[in-house]
Amino acid sequence: MGRKLLLEHINVPGINTYDVYRQKGGYRAVEKALKMTPDEVVEEVKLSGLRGRGGAGFPTGMKWSFLAKPEGVPRYLVCNADESEPGTFKDRYLMTHIPHALIEGMIVSSFALGAKTSYIYVRGEMMPQIRILERAIAEAKNAGFLGKNILGSGYDLELYVQPGGGAYICGEETALLESLEGKRGNPRIKPPFPAIAGLYGRPTVVNNVESIAATVPIINDGGEEYSKIGIGRSTGTKLISASGNLVKPGVYEIELGLSVEEFLYSDEYCGGIANGKRLKATVAGGSSVPILPANLTLKYANGEPRLMSYESLSEGGFATGTMMGSGGFIAFDEDQCIVRNTWNFARFYAHESCGQCSPCREGTGWMEKVLHRLEHGQGKLSDIDLLVDVSKKIEGNTICPLGDAAAWPVASAIRHFRDEFEWHVKEPVKSLQMNYGIASYAVPIAKAEVTI
Amino acid sequence: MLKVEEQEPVAFSLSLIEKFNEIVGRYPEGKQKSALLPILHEVQAEQGWLSVPAMDKVAVYLGLESIEVYEVASFYSMYFLRPQGKYVLEVCRTGPCCLVGAEKILKHIENTLGVKEKEVTPDGLFSWRGVECLAACGFGPVLQIGPEYTFYENLDEQKVDQLIQDLRNK
Ligand SMILES: Cc1cc2nc3c(=O)[nH]c(=O)nc-3n(C[C@H](O)[C@H](O)[C@H](O)COP(=O)(O)O)c2cc1C
Ligand code: SF4
Ligand code: FES
Repeated sequence: MGRKLLLEHINVPGINTYDVYRQKGGYRAVEKALKMTPDEVVEEVKLSGLRGRGGAGFPTGMKWSFLAKPEGVPRYLVCNADESEPGTFKDRYLMTHIPHALIEGMIVSSFALGAKTSYIYVRGEMMPQIRILERAIAEAKNAGFLGKNILGSGYDLELYVQPGGGAYICGEETALLESLEGKRGNPRIKPPFPAIAGLYGRPTVVNNVESIAATVPIINDGGEEYSKIGIGRSTGTKLISASGNLVKPGVYEIELGLSVEEFLYSDEYCGGIANGKRLKATVAGGSSVPILPANLTLKYANGEPRLMSYESLSEGGFATGTMMGSGGFIAFDEDQCIVRNTWNFARFYAHESCGQCSPCREGTGWMEKVLHRLEHGQGKLSDIDLLVDVSKKIEGNTICPLGDAAAWPVASAIRHFRDEFEWHVKEPVKSLQMNYGIASYAVPIAKAEVTI
Repeated sequence: MLKVEEQEPVAFSLSLIEKFNEIVGRYPEGKQKSALLPILHEVQAEQGWLSVPAMDKVAVYLGLESIEVYEVASFYSMYFLRPQGKYVLEVCRTGPCCLVGAEKILKHIENTLGVKEKEVTPDGLFSWRGVECLAACGFGPVLQIGPEYTFYENLDEQKVDQLIQDLRNK
């Protein structure tokens, strides 16, 4: 059984309340951190090797050490709880069931950064979670872990929950800050980075819910202990949101480095593909990362097993690999239509583009229309290359990474499932009535010959 | 947006104004614009949607130009700029939920309520729409109902029928 650092007590009745959370050792990390200096706390997080759990995987300790600290100027910690990446539902899960894990992490992290006011930006649709967090904050304050002079340390902290308004783009950290300032969620041009000029133009750190919660075990056990879990530069545990055609979809905490095969098929995790079907494809890290056929999901092109780690999931680059992303693992069985799903994702990005840059605004709309006609039996063969062409013109030419996030799923679906797209053109009637099936995507990859 | 001339003036309740004051207190001096999104949620929860007169009143309260409120209200998908049914059924229509039957649920709701997406049933009780991923993909299909955003998971057609029935009887 893998170690659980975040979800260890998930099944304890009442763990969502302060009393039970405290009984189970909660808020020890705050007690410990407040006896250290802020820089020592930052140092432990650096030692842990923790990488941002929001999608980009940037080392958290390093991000913290970039924070500007001009004398007499307030700095802010903002937690990114906007979770809207299709396939990702771990943050909502954590906040629903163990809200104090986030509150405790916020106190530890705010202390490390010297923030005296911190915000948790929660997507507006999560009104029930907002109420849960507000209650948890009140409980923590009541117990002396928030407010003035926390535990007699002289450190003051106020923590507020801010609702969003329903916009995927507000998960992008600078759009999130704009939104928190009461504006439309248009991403800012960087630099300046938030570490220099963020919320209200002040130095700001934006971190994902899971990154912040992970600072609790890091402080409790020490950064070095944390870094021993996992594999290589993928240290610690990671929450994986598993969805799609699985026997047991849900949120799982894994030790990084677990094999993809074990994650998908073992009873401890997803329990295999639902209804006795075969696996056709996966999107391993949320809708923005490249889709992979079953064979490349389980193994590299050279036949070695693929692991759940930042490095292993991206092995092979975009030709034969994908990315860890936010850990949103979506499984497609043999009955699923790749063209339809690609169109669905394209529609999502076209809907969510903030519209500031023309390659993204126009390109996502165009891809959606072309995919719609392909899926509905009105496409041409040339549409397939047109899609590749449009996706290339978006990629790298926009203010924020949403453009890339929209381009990659389309480009990768065509890369690996071109015959299925062609079938939609050649057999328009059939493609409306039935599904292309599994073809050779699930065929195991032959072991590469070792030549000396 | 609806024509402004058609819109009634609004009054905010005392408890709503008290809530506004509490929200503004979360931000540093002079940064009360940050209160805009949470305040619009409160107004919508009380009034069911955001009329122009209601947005104008929020602008006056926060010391903003009206246009600053309109541009925010029109950017975000949660704010309704026209009246809705008493219960708005918002069903996730994004990829992972579609793998487990969301499209069937959407169709079933359309057939059961007998109105198209974003229209209101003649009795004023219901409207429905497809929304994007609600961060519950492993428990799909899902739907939510504001203003408290009550959440319903692992839906099938029977559960939807039951839900609609329960809301009708409420
Ligand atoms: C379009 C877009 C959407 C994003 N959505 C989220 C999100 O919902 N949650 C999140 O934590 N990070 C999201 N990110 C990443 C954030 O910009 C940022 O990198 C992250 O919050 C940093 O936290 P971390 O270092 O702890 O991962 C998104 C990025 C982009 C470009
Ligand atoms: S890439 Fe798209 S979402 Fe990002 S700033 Fe440009 S238009 Fe907006
Ligand atoms: S796709 Fe429906 S909740 Fe995520």
